Amino acid sequence: MIEVQNLHKSFGESHVLKGISSTFEKGKTNLIIGQSGSGKTVFIKCLLGLFKPDEGTISYDGRIYSELGPRERSDLRQEMGMVFQGSALFDSMTVEGNVMFPLDMFTKQSKSEMLDRVNFVLKRVNLVDANHKYPSEISGGMKKRVAIARAIVMNPKYLFCDEPNSGLDPKTAILIDNLIQEITQEYDITTVINSHDMNSVMEIGEKIIFLKDGFKEWEGSNKEIFKTDNAAVTNFVYSSELFKKVRQMYIEERN
Amino acid sequence: MNYVTSIGSYSIMIRDVFRKPTKWPIMKSLILKEIDELIYGSMGIIIFISFFIGGVVAIQTALNISNPLIPRNLIGFATRQSVILEFAPTFTSIIMAGKVGSYITSSIGTMRVTEQIDALEVMGVNSLNYLVFPKIIAMFFYPFVVAIAMYIGIFGGWIAGVFGGFSSSADFVEGLQLDFIPFHVTYSFIKSVVFAFIIATVPSYHGYFMKGGALEVGKASTTAFVWTSVVIIILNYILTQLLLG
Repeated sequence: MIEVQNLHKSFGESHVLKGISSTFEKGKTNLIIGQSGSGKTVFIKCLLGLFKPDEGTISYDGRIYSELGPRERSDLRQEMGMVFQGSALFDSMTVEGNVMFPLDMFTKQSKSEMLDRVNFVLKRVNLVDANHKYPSEISGGMKKRVAIARAIVMNPKYLFCDEPNSGLDPKTAILIDNLIQEITQEYDITTVINSHDMNSVMEIGEKIIFLKDGFKEWEGSNKEIFKTDNAAVTNFVYSSELFKKVRQMYIEERN
Repeated sequence: MNYVTSIGSYSIMIRDVFRKPTKWPIMKSLILKEIDELIYGSMGIIIFISFFIGGVVAIQTALNISNPLIPRNLIGFATRQSVILEFAPTFTSIIMAGKVGSYITSSIGTMRVTEQIDALEVMGVNSLNYLVFPKIIAMFFYPFVVAIAMYIGIFGGWIAGVFGGFSSSADFVEGLQLDFIPFHVTYSFIKSVVFAFIIATVPSYHGYFMKGGALEVGKASTTAFVWTSVVIIILNYILTQLLLG
């Protein structure tokens, strides 16, 4: 479980995060949503320890990040997995090399043990026969699968995903969303996903935080988001014609 | 003020490069890869340029000797002095700043743009040690390149002098041996070690701390080349004053 208390972050004059507090539960897919520029990426980078908050605390199962020493922070980092928006695979390595990288770096496993683990996670993300291909030789959806495989290869306690289905076709995007949710439940991981995709919200939003101008505007689940009266949330959720029609149908059905 | 900030950031970067080292078996393979990329991969262009630079120095010297009282062995002497003292260590370093420096900046910059550096940091890897340290170690082999540049430059001068009809082989070789001061070679190698460190780290700094997209990667490469060259020129002056002055 990750607990965030009164998080503030500024860059010069720009106050990006303004006192955000929330809890991300274990075994659930927690979504951070909001418009571009609302502070989602800065928030997730603070959770990852890539940005140091100006004020506030982040606690990972009772361990407050700002109070940890360098070695403890390094150990905590190894409990985190991250799926970047652009996958962030290492161009010079094959799929196998990318997934094996954290094992090679931080474990004392033999080559065959590492290969077994790599093949296991690649199979888990439904990616077979791609071990020896380079990132430039595989599709966007496959890259996301490799990124997920690399993120879970060390059995992380915390999984962070920055817009995991951006740039993917709707069908592949849903497959990736479902894969993340399955993995979260299967391995009991605390997963935090940064997204502005409403399909993701509907599919896997077990807990949703809506950010607006650096504030936490709303918090709830994917069942509650369609019933809320919060103007900012409804404005965001029903910005597309498709969702406007869905809402209209829902209201008509209810009447 | 910006320059002071940049010097400060560069110094902190250098300190962090040597912190939290990567596992040796991984580091070893990274160092070998960088030696292949930065040193071995640059040999062709260095040999080519050194040969012709040595030749041009010999021809220029010969064409400027109009007084019959000046001995012809001056061609070999001038070629040796020019190549060993300046052309091999300094001129080659400027070439390397362009070839190797732009490669370093663009490869690290692309990793920054595509979040690969963030990925390393999230995993708990010291990205500066992982990316920059192997380049610094690989560039410590740079004096070997300079030694080859010296040899090839002098050989180019001999070819141009003898086959161009400006000097006999005996005169040229006599000039090469005339008043030879071994410390000049040491001075040249000291300079090349310092320049090697600059060629590895200044472009790394520009790539690592770049912001923006693909266009900015290109701009960072150009800026890195300019600043690496400027630092080399300034250090060349300071080192010459300190070691020979």
